[in-house]
This record gives sequence, C-alpha cells and structure tokens, in this order.
Amino acid sequence: MSEIEGIYTIFLREIIRFWRDKSRLVSSLVQPLLFLIVFGGGFSFVRLGSINYQTFLFPGVVAISVVGISIASGVSVIWDREFGFLKEILVAPISRTSIFIGKALGGCATALVQGIIILSLSFIIGIPITLNSFVVSIFLMALISLGLVSVGLIIASLVETLESFGMIMNFIIFPLIFLSGAFFPLQEAPEWLRIISLVNPLTYGVEAIRYTIIGFSSIPFSLSLTIITAFSFATILLGGIAFSRQK
Amino acid sequence: MNIVETFKLTKKFNGLVAVNNVSLKIKEGEIFGLLGPNGAGKTTLISMLCTLLRPTSGTAKVNGFDIVKQQNEVRKSIGIVFQESSLDNRLTGRENLKMHAGLYGVPKNERKRRIDEVLKLVGLYERANELVKNYSGGMKRRLEIARGLIHYPKVLFLDEPTLGLDPQTREHIWEYIKKLAERERITILLTTHYMEEADALCDRVAIMDHGEIKVVDTPENLKNSLEGDAITLEVNNSKKFLERMRKIKSIKKIHAEENKISITVKNAEKLAPKILELARKNKILVNSISIRKPGLGDVFLHYTGREIGEEIGESKEMLKRRSRVL
Repeated sequence: MSEIEGIYTIFLREIIRFWRDKSRLVSSLVQPLLFLIVFGGGFSFVRLGSINYQTFLFPGVVAISVVGISIASGVSVIWDREFGFLKEILVAPISRTSIFIGKALGGCATALVQGIIILSLSFIIGIPITLNSFVVSIFLMALISLGLVSVGLIIASLVETLESFGMIMNFIIFPLIFLSGAFFPLQEAPEWLRIISLVNPLTYGVEAIRYTIIGFSSIPFSLSLTIITAFSFATILLGGIAFSRQK
Repeated sequence: MNIVETFKLTKKFNGLVAVNNVSLKIKEGEIFGLLGPNGAGKTTLISMLCTLLRPTSGTAKVNGFDIVKQQNEVRKSIGIVFQESSLDNRLTGRENLKMHAGLYGVPKNERKRRIDEVLKLVGLYERANELVKNYSGGMKRRLEIARGLIHYPKVLFLDEPTLGLDPQTREHIWEYIKKLAERERITILLTTHYMEEADALCDRVAIMDHGEIKVVDTPENLKNSLEGDAITLEVNNSKKFLERMRKIKSIKKIHAEENKISITVKNAEKLAPKILELARKNKILVNSISIRKPGLGDVFLHYTGREIGEEIGESKEMLKRRSRVL
C-alpha cells in the first residue's frame, strides 16, 4: 500500500513540474510540427498508391512525437541528483523499484500529453480518425513511451552529468526517429535500410499506429504489437534492475 | 534506553578509512552532537545510520532496528536534514511537505493538520504557498527541518544544520531546534564543526577526528576535564615574578616565555587580584592581564592535538563522490 502511495507521489511530482514548465511542452511540440509541415508540405506531390504522402506521414509523426520527450524525461533523475532532491527520495521508506515506476509513469504521462495534441491535429489536417482508433493510438503511444522513458532512466542512472546525458540522448534520438519508417514506406526502401529499420523497436510502434489510423502498414499489426510490448516490458525490467542496483 | 547504538561501525573507501570502529550509545530524548572538522567522518557516519551507505564492517541499531537488515524500519524511524539542500525548488513549501507525507505514508486524514503543525513550529506557515526557489537560505533550512519531522520520527539527524548561514540566522535555527526537541520529544543527532553550536545545543558531545571518536561527554564535563582557566600576564621582569608566584598553591601550571607568563588555575577570577597584589608588593610592572575560560575548542585541541579549523587533506571532489548514492 505504502509502495503504491510512494509511486503515486513521485508520479504526481513529475506532473506538477511538467505543468509548471509549459515552455517545455511548447518547445517539444516544435519538432513534430516541423516534420508535418516541412515534409508533409514539401513532399505533397508524392503518392503512395492510393494515399498521399501527408496521410502516410501523419501516423509516423504521431508515433515519433513521444520519442524525444520520453527519453528526455530521464533527465529529471540527473536534476534531482544535482539539486540534492534525489537523497530525499532515496532515504524514504519505499523501494528503488517504486521510485523507478513512479518516474517512468510520470514521464510517460507527460509524453502522452504531447502525443495526444499531435494526434488531435488529424482533425485539422483532414485525416479522419474514429474514436476507436484514437483510443488505440493513445494506448500504443503509451507503450512506446514507457519503453523509451525506461531507456532514458537507465541512461540517467549510468551517467553523471547533464552534458553527457544530453549527448547520449541526441545520439540515440535521431537514428531512432529517422530509421523508424516514419518518413518512408519500408517495403519501398533499399534492403540495407529496411534491415536497419527492422532492428529499431520504434519501427514497430510506427507501423502499429499507422495501421490503427490509416489501415496501412508494411508489418502485420499483431507482430508490431507483440514486439513493442516485449520491448517496453524488457526496458522496464532492465530499468528496475538498474535502479535497484545503484547504491 | 539507547535509541541509537553503534557497534564497531567502520566504513572504508578504497582503502581510506572514513569511519573507524565507532561504538556510540545515544540516549532517547537527548541532543547529541558529533563535533569534528570537515573530513572527520561525521557525514559518513550519519549516512550509514540513515541507510544511505552500507558499513564495511560493524553495524548499528536505530530505534531497535538494524541499519543493514531492517532498512525500511530504520527509514520510517528517522528524519534527516542533509548538509546540502534536498528540496524541490520548483514546488512550494507546502508541496514539498505533502510529497514527504506521501513518501512516508502518513495517514491521509492526518496530513494537513500535521503539515500545518510543523510549518508553524518553524515559523513558515504564512510563506508555505510560495515556491521554494524564492526562499532564503535560512527558510530553506527551516523547511527541511519541518519536513524531517512530518512522519513523527524517533530520531532526527541534522548534518551541519547551520552550515553557510549568517550568524543571526544560525541563532534562529538553534532556537527552533531547541523548541522542537522540547515539543516533539525527539532524539536529535547533529553534526557540526562549530564549537558554539555544540556548546549551545547539545546535551552530550562526541569529539570526532580521523574517523574516530576521541571522547564523549557533556560540554560542561568536557570543559571541566581540562586543567582549568588560563591567565596570561605581560610583565617587565618575568624571572623575578615567576619565583614569587611559585608559592601560590592554587596555580596548577605556570609557563614563562620572555615577558609573557601563562598560568593555568582552577578559578581565575579569584586568583587574578591576588596576583596583581603580589606584583605590586614586589614592584613588578604588569603591562597586561587576560583571563580565558576554556571552550570546546580547547577541549578539541586537548584531545586531538590540533585546532578544529585545520582541515584534513581531502579534496572536495572526493567528498562529493563519496556522498553520491545513485
């Protein structure tokens, strides 16, 4: 009981801090919006069979919109360490695993706020979404986000400084996004690019969301769902271990 | 009853002994001070007692619970104010306290009343809804003390509670500490390298140096255990005066250096007039006379052979790495 309360407390703190710092939300919306406007607009002449490029791109951007903010949420651990607050959490009578879960859920929730904003743009862009696929998309974003938040938290538990966290984060985020099949159809890509993309767990998230929103995907939905679920569970488990091992 | 008891507690960092075979007994309800210079091992000792560091050997019991085997029970029994601030600056004072109540599982229906109570105790009730980043250093420290009390701990650890505060704020904090010790009926274990602080606050003091406890007693007893008061005189003919003074029986120790004479006596106020009388009779000119009561500084000097101000050679980087826990 007290563990759940501890998780909730840590979760709540992440939400309050996120809410107080709205500039973070605004600035992190810029990147997915740019993708939508620049790529969507610039390649509007491209057609993939019966669908135009903008329709193809949109679900991909929805999926990758949670990537940056999810991984970046790990930075809160480094801030907390820097400002001493981490000690307050570490001497509390709750387990390290609970601390990890609270942080992960908090990061995931903040990423979802952003994801839902991007998802809602479908009504402006003119891509019709049923309530059903709207809800399923949110669920899929949550899965992707939990996995990536865990990655961020694992990195944060391993590095000491804000600078090195930032470097590692950028090093991960860009390949993850560009090699995810968000911007190009996998079955049309050259073989080497397809192979690299298939190693990227985010690809399956993109494919699953694309299937949910526009009913089109290069990978069967059930396979995508299985892989991103497995990925999230694995990283959560690793994160829990990484946190409880720290002393 | 002993609320904190350590048994040959030892911590080594890469071969460097930070805490060496410390066996201490702290009684319930007392304010106990660990007095020593920076690098003496005080923070390391406290970190072990609050389960942030695992001892290399030996163990300790806090509120009857073992610090290695019963970490969660120990954590519920203690409140901690760290040397460096551990508040969330982007939350308000009240929010920081609410978080703490949540982390420690304080019953929901009690929370608000308890938070108000501790806020009033440290005089922050009116400012509780401001962001902590706008607080002064003294306010932050008071908020941390309040936070450490929310879950009704048995023992409150204060690691250098007035470090970096100006003298006036320091005295305020002392008052709050005394007040809470009275009202909350709590045991307080504080570390400090300020003599006055140990003297003003502590029922008992342990002098710590190089990871070892040199002596433990009340500040009074410690000061009395020294030879006594010091009288220093400057005279024009010390040789002659020295001979005459050897006849005064209550002088314990006498030492002359050129024209300066240092005397150790039990009761300086009573003896000083006699000495001046003796000088007048022998036509010796006294240029100056001073009387000094022994402080904890003299006690520290006596037991460690050096002044507390002299730092132990240890880089700040090393201390930082040591205090890093995750």
